[in-house]
This record gives sequence, C-alpha cells and structure tokens, in this order.
Amino acid sequence: MTLTVGQEQATEAGDGTTATAWLGFTPGPWQDAIDVRDFIQRNYTPYTGDDSFLAGPTERTTRVWQAIVDLFPEERARGVLDVDNHTVSRIDAFAPGYICPDDDVVVGLQTDAPLKRAMIPNGGWRMVETALKTYGYEVDPQVRETFTVHRKTHNAGVFDVYPEAVRRARSAHVITGLPDAYGRGRIIGDYRRVALYGVDRLIADRRLDKLALDGDWSTESVIRDREEMAEQISALEELKRLAASYGFDISGPASTAREAVQWLYFAYLGAVREQNGAAMSLGRTSTFLDVFIQRDLDAGRITEEQAQELIDQFVIKLRIVRFLRTPEYDEIFSGDPTWVTESIGGMGSDCRTLVTRNSFRMLQTLHNLGPAPEPNMTVLWSESLPRGFKDFCARTSIQTSSVQYESDELLRGDLGDDAGIACCVSGMAIGKQMQFFGARVNLAKALLYAINGGRDEKTGRQVAPQSTPVEGEFLDYDDVMARFDQTLDWLAQTYVNALNCIHYMHDKYAYERLEMALHDPEVVRTMACGIAGLSVTVDSLSAIRDARVRVVRDESGLVVDYETIGEFPMFGNDDDRVDEIAIDLVGRFMAKIRRHPTYRDAVHTQSVLTITSNVMYGKYTGSTPDGRRAGEPFAPGANPMNGRDTHGMLASALSVAKLPFTQARDGISLTNTIVPQGLGRTLPEQVSALAGILDAYIGSDGFHMNVNVLNRDTLCDAMEHPENYPQLTIRVSGYAVNFVRLTREQQLDVISRTFHERV
Amino acid sequence: MLRRVDGSTGEYAPERCDATPRLLGRGTAGLGLVEDAAHTDEVRGIREGRLAWLHSWELVTSMDGPGSRMTVFLNGCPLRCLYCHNPDTWQSRQGRLVGLDELVGRLRRYRKVFAATGGGLTVSGGEPMMQPAFVQNLLRAAKELGIHTAMDTSGALGRKVNRQIMSDLDLVLLDIKAGDEDRYRAVTGGELAPTLEFGRRVAEAGKEIWVRFVVVPGLTDDVAQVELVAAHAASLSTVSRVEVLPFHQMGRDKWDSLGLDYRLAETSPPEPAVVERVREQFRAHGLTTY
Repeated sequence: MTLTVGQEQATEAGDGTTATAWLGFTPGPWQDAIDVRDFIQRNYTPYTGDDSFLAGPTERTTRVWQAIVDLFPEERARGVLDVDNHTVSRIDAFAPGYICPDDDVVVGLQTDAPLKRAMIPNGGWRMVETALKTYGYEVDPQVRETFTVHRKTHNAGVFDVYPEAVRRARSAHVITGLPDAYGRGRIIGDYRRVALYGVDRLIADRRLDKLALDGDWSTESVIRDREEMAEQISALEELKRLAASYGFDISGPASTAREAVQWLYFAYLGAVREQNGAAMSLGRTSTFLDVFIQRDLDAGRITEEQAQELIDQFVIKLRIVRFLRTPEYDEIFSGDPTWVTESIGGMGSDCRTLVTRNSFRMLQTLHNLGPAPEPNMTVLWSESLPRGFKDFCARTSIQTSSVQYESDELLRGDLGDDAGIACCVSGMAIGKQMQFFGARVNLAKALLYAINGGRDEKTGRQVAPQSTPVEGEFLDYDDVMARFDQTLDWLAQTYVNALNCIHYMHDKYAYERLEMALHDPEVVRTMACGIAGLSVTVDSLSAIRDARVRVVRDESGLVVDYETIGEFPMFGNDDDRVDEIAIDLVGRFMAKIRRHPTYRDAVHTQSVLTITSNVMYGKYTGSTPDGRRAGEPFAPGANPMNGRDTHGMLASALSVAKLPFTQARDGISLTNTIVPQGLGRTLPEQVSALAGILDAYIGSDGFHMNVNVLNRDTLCDAMEHPENYPQLTIRVSGYAVNFVRLTREQQLDVISRTFHERV
Repeated sequence: MLRRVDGSTGEYAPERCDATPRLLGRGTAGLGLVEDAAHTDEVRGIREGRLAWLHSWELVTSMDGPGSRMTVFLNGCPLRCLYCHNPDTWQSRQGRLVGLDELVGRLRRYRKVFAATGGGLTVSGGEPMMQPAFVQNLLRAAKELGIHTAMDTSGALGRKVNRQIMSDLDLVLLDIKAGDEDRYRAVTGGELAPTLEFGRRVAEAGKEIWVRFVVVPGLTDDVAQVELVAAHAASLSTVSRVEVLPFHQMGRDKWDSLGLDYRLAETSPPEPAVVERVREQFRAHGLTTY
C-alpha cells in the first residue's frame, strides 16, 4: 500500500492498515508504546466556545431511543425485562442483538436482545440463583452444578477464609456492603486503547510483557502475573470474536469516528459481559473521541448532526447496560445502577482546557434523549474551565439533575490529567491504576460499641472485643473518645483483614481479564476503604462535648438510648468547633487503616461515601447521642445530617470541603438538592449562580458535589404517580438514579433530605 | 407549596411530605457569642456599634442580592407586619449578642466565595437600622475588604441611614409593603412616608434599588393598591428590578411558638394568576419584574 503523507502525519506504525487509520494524526511517543494520553495531548482541539454549535437528535436516534423507552414500563413492573437463564455470560457468548437493526448506528448488546440480562456467576452463585428465583426464572441445573460443584466462585472462596471476627462484624452491620458476594467493579479498562491501537497490537504488546516475566524467578507473585497476562490475552482474543459476530474486524485501529466509537464500545461491552461489577465505569473518553470526530469533520466526511448522532447512539447503549442482581443488593445500591461513569472536561497539565466539542456532545445527550441516570455524567470542574462550558454544565444540571462534579484541581494534582472517576468519586489514573473496592464501615455504630464495651446496641451481642462499658449517668467526652479510639483500632484491623481476603479471592476466581488487559502491565493498586455515618458520629461527639448527654440503659445495663440536653454545634454550618471533629475523625481512621498490610501491597485509601446505603446503615443502628432516633437514616456520603445545616447550602458545602482530601483520596461525596427558584429568577441567572457556587466550592478545596435542581412537590407527586415520571432522574451520593426505581424508604429519605430553598 | 425559610430545613419525617419542622435558635453557628456581658458594657457596645443583637446568618445565592451572599439577620423591628415570617426578630433581645469582629471574620472567610459568585454582604433583619452604629461599622469593614454590600430594609428608619452608610451601600432591597398610608398602617402598624422618603434619598445618591412587594390575598393584592406601589417604585430612578413575593404560611409556627396572635392563619397563598397580574402591573410601569 502506497501512502502520500506529510511530515506531520503519523506513519511509523508498521503495517499499512495502521498507517491509514492514523493518517492526519500528529506523531509522537504514543505510536511506539501504548500511551493514550500522549495521543490526546498531541492531537486534541480545545474548545472554548459555547453550546450554539450543538445539534438535536436525528430521527434515527429518536426511533432507537423510543424503542427502548417502550420497554421500560414492563421492566419497571417486573424488576427485569428478561433474563437468559441458560447461557453463562462471557465476552463472546451471545449471538448478535439489535435495538432497531436499520437505525442502530452503534451496535452490540450484552445479550441477544435489549435489556435482557445475563448470568455472570464468577462473583458468587447465590446471587445469581436468588435473582433468578426472585424474578421467576427457572434455575438451569447444569449451570448450578457447574458453579457449585465444578467451578468455585469468589463468594465461596471468601467465606472459606474469613476469620470469625470478620464474620461477626459483618453480620452486626458494623462493616457492610463488602464485595464478598458480588463483583467488586470499580476497575476502569482503558477502552480507548482498542480504538487507537486495535486489538492485535495490544495482544502483541502483552505477549512481550509476559515474555519479560520469563526471566523472573517463579515466585507466587510472578506466577500469578504470568497467569493473569495469559488470561488477558485470551480475553482480547475473545473480544475480537465478539466484534466479528457483529461483522467488525477490530484487530487494527479505528480509522473513522464511527469506528472509533464502535471499537471503544465493543471493548466496554466485552467488559460488562465478563463482569457484573458494582461499578463498571467508562473512563474519560469524550475528548479522546473528539480527535477522531474532529478529523472526520475537518475532512468533510461527517456533519455535526452525524457526530451528535454517533454520541447519542453510543450513550443509548450505555444507558441500557443491565446486570442480574438481588433485592438485598438493591438495599446498598438502589435503582439498578451500573456506574457507567464518564469523566468530562477538566484542564490539562499544560493549562490548556481538555474541554472539546465532544465534551458538549456528551452532555447534549441529556437534552436530546432526556435525563437519565446512566452514563454517570461527571464533570471535572476547575475555575479555569472555559465560561461557555461552565454555563452549559450548569444549565444541564438545572434542566436534568443528571450531572455530578468533581474537583479537577484535586484530581489532577493527585493523578495527573488523564484520570477518570470510577463509580462515584474514586479517582483513577486511566489504564495505570486499579482499586480494590472496600465498601465501608459504620462509624456511628462503632461509637455505640465504644460506649457499650463492644456489645451491639440492638442485639446485646459482643461484637468488638470486650471492654468495660461507660459508667455513670452522663457521657464524658474524653472518656468516650478514648474508648472510641480503641474501638476504631479494632474496626480498622478487622476491616483491612476482610478486604485482603476478599481481593485475594476476587483475583483468583473472578479476575477482570479484559479490563486488566486494557491496563499497563504494572498497575498501582489502591485498597479503597470507606466510612459511613461521618456526620451523625461527629454531631454525636459534639453533643457529648458541648451539651449534656444522659444515657438510658436497659435491664441488662446496655445503653440503648440517649437524652441530649442543651445545644451543641452541628456539622454543616461552617462552624470550626464541630468541623474540626470531622477532620480529626477522617484522619484518625485513615491512620489506623494504614497500619495494616494490604493484599498485593495496595496503597491504603479511604472514601466518605455511602451510595444509598445511608438508609440501610441507619436502619441497623440504634439511637445516637446527637438525638437521632434508632432506625433513622444517616446522611448520605459526607453530607451533614438532614435539616441541621441551617446556614445555607454553601455554608454546608464549605464544612464538607474542610475534610482533608489527602486523608480520603478515594473521594468525599456531597449531595445537594436545590429548588430552581433558589438559584435565581431567570435561567441565565440560575446558570451563573450555579456555576459560581461550583467555582466557590471547588475553589475552597471541595472534592465532589451532586447537584439536584428539583421541587419537593415533584418528588412527592412522582411517588404517587410513578407512571408520569419514567425519566425523573436525581443524584444520590455519587450517582444518579431513576427516582421511581428507588425503594419507598429511599424515596422518603430523599424527600426528607435537606432541600436548599434559600441556596 | 414552596417554603422560603431562613436556612434550609428538613428532619426525617417520612409520614409527611408537605411540612418540615424547623430548628429554632441555631442560626449563629461558628460565631463566638457574647455571654453574660454586664448591662453597661452591653449598652455601650451596642451604642458604639461593636456589638449587635443577631438573629442568624446564612450563605445564600440569588436571594438577597446578586451572587452568593452572606446575609446577616439583625434583631429588632419597629414594624409589626401581619404576614411577618420572622416574628422572632421583632425584639432585640430575642437575638444573640455578637461582636463586630466575629462577623467581619466571617466576611473575610467568604471573600473568595463572593469573588467567585459575584456576591457580597446583605444586612437584613428585623430592621437593620434598629442598630445603625453596628450596620455602619459592618458596611465600612466590608467595603475595606472590597466586598459588595446590600441592605434589606423597610425604609421605616431610613432617616438613620447617614452619609457614611449610604456611601458604603451598593444596593438597597427596599420593601414597599403597601401603597398608601391607611393600608400601610393596616399591614405594618407603621407609616409609609419614611419609606418613600428614604427611597428618594437612595435614588438621589445614585444607588441601585431592588423593590420588594409581598402579595397577600385580601390585604395587598387589589389592583388599586398594587398600582400605587408600582407608581412609587417607578418614581425611583435607580430601581433595576422588582421582586413580587407571594405570601406564604411558613412563619406560622413561629407566631404560635411565640404565643402571638396570628391574624393570617386562614389566608391562603395567592393564586398564581393573581401574582402574575401583580407582576404585569409593575411591568406596565416599565419595571423589570420577577
């Protein structure tokens, strides 16, 4: 093949297909080694204008989306639309399926039909079987035999090795939501690599990586690395077969925008066929894809309408990712979330913005298709972002409540300018870092254990090591803190102990072959611990310190209730007296976590995040010294307790912004709900107010903010008439959900949660 | 119905969707309060503007002026508006004694927020001019910090706004509660003339005004009244916007808990059509009205 190319064009890629595919791209080190960031930096076009260039949906897109929307009522009514209860999912397991064969611009489904769910039993058989029974599907005896007799699962492995102390803590709900019965998720494959390099190049490189290990002595860890690499290569081969089943050869790089989207999507599709991970995030793809789209636009090969159509249809595919899960799972992660998190915008290390026209197109899908929880649109916010983009983000938030914001400043400072968010708030350097997801511990319950000498306040059972319970009628701050500190020692130890068991077994029995094939051969691993109930614990300690807290004991001497007399400062009012307790607690627990060695030498991190489990944690926790009654929900994430942040939304946010990111590098989540009138009289006023709030919050070292712009009335009406609100989307602690798919309990929690009416 | 309240509210109360109990007396978070001051020190501190009776503070957006603002609610009010939603600001001593330095410290803390959002300080109440020396000092301190300033006032004590205060104000949120003396007295127990006179002075000083008017069914919503208020507003050359606020029942629990006789207990919020008609009346005078 003969090519005439200019000096500025990439040709050094070996075979002719690659040369054609890379035609017009600025060459660089990205050609010699896998380096997507370098490719982006050399080739992307920053966009500093406004949203006026954007196109609406094409008729084709509208037809495809309508076909899906028509399936939603039945899915909502039955819990699932359909399940393939015979085929065990793997990357190349299903015959091709389509939404509208004539209109699909991007193809590929998880199974052979839209919204039909697949069995992915490697995480645990019980979850699959329970889900099948819940939704009225027959359990295929052969599949059951495979995963109960012939093939061990992650779940079975973990319970073989859990120490007794871990089991006790787990069943007492002081450590909860652990990924010991389901896929851990939160790993972001660098799906862009498939589009840029093609699968063959990735296989060839990984073979070389593996070859390099041949020289190393075969210790347990080297053997594991070699085996994992072999698995990664098989997964890449399967990925090619998946694409081939839809008539595409993805062995070489994508040569057009449409191919780039399609290749990237195939890679992601392979991952969600292989793993039912708690969060299956997409990464940071918009600006990468913009390079391909801009090249085609410049060459006159596509129009803006076609570019938008491509992104709209890609997003439709991301919106219909589904997993087979159980009602118990729903208690922790309600609303059927998949966390297809896409990180958008941000600034580059060279101070150019990473916002491109495609950053706008990605958000425009919320206008073209209507609001939706997935993909989890995440804007990396910096005060330096171009005005036009800030305004468009704010308007999109106001009109759809479907956007979350994370501090680009903190993220870039920590992980560089090619980082994305896994799940809700966990920053990852794309393709270079993965995490061992660790759910969270219940800090408030730990405080009650400290008061009760390690006994559970609800069952009376000894869970933490036995110590003498508090004496006397009133709680003394120093006395309680000393006890609490000891309880936290035990909690941190038990917690890391559990996580090591979990991730050893997950690597062994439910390894993410494809996602890890799309990482560098050597990755940074983090042990992502987490805390729930921060604000309720902080307020409780504040009450003990600054008010008078009388204990109420039952006949066995167990403290089961508290009577709080007098006033005390509450978290969420930018009041240093109490916010300092929160800062101390975050740092204190992180320090205790760091004391314990981790599986694969993972770096210890921590998040302040609950997802929707704040309701569940509350349900299992007795009355607390801050006046919260037994069973009442905690606040989500790092939020102040409901109704106690009485000095406006920004004051509330500024309390949260004080929590030290260095002690919670896995993210700090804040959810705010605002009534639209609270932002201003006109849409332009509301837009500039919201953008200003984000500037102020991120500028004050705030890490994350979910923004809902909603009326309480709308939510109350949606509870009564869910059929009228199929797409009503709200942000909850790091992700978005269809409000009508939350449990009633969670709906009530959202409604009761602080609405900022004077923002 | 939307609840416009001082501060965000909400406690866990799943059995009811419509009403949320509020926490009282927690509006001064983060401020060092002056406890047990000797009476003479207290009196002197207030006279010199070093101390003030404070109801609460808030960081609000697009509410009491442009951008995100620190609104300071001072205690004490000469009026007794029938629809008052903060009757707990009427008496000075219902507030808490706070030092000027504490509030200036807050202002300094929020300079970045004000800069990022185009906001600033708003003094409100009660009637802020019940404590003029303090207001003067606070506004001066704000201007020295380069912070935009606003005052939310009925204008009833407008004559206490001296040259220094006027010069340190960037914006006046002027509540015109009725259009003629009779109605004004019925609604507030006070006189309209000082408000109008103050408005004229503000306009003459070239300071921006936002006029606020509360629509109360059967009290202030008739066409003739609104027409009078709109004419007053239109006569002030620096009015840049009018905010028409529908009456609401949110203050009701405060009246009850203070043991006050709430005469609007049976009054409903105005119909949206009425509010819109009122807005149109203002617009007919060429006023930008929300």
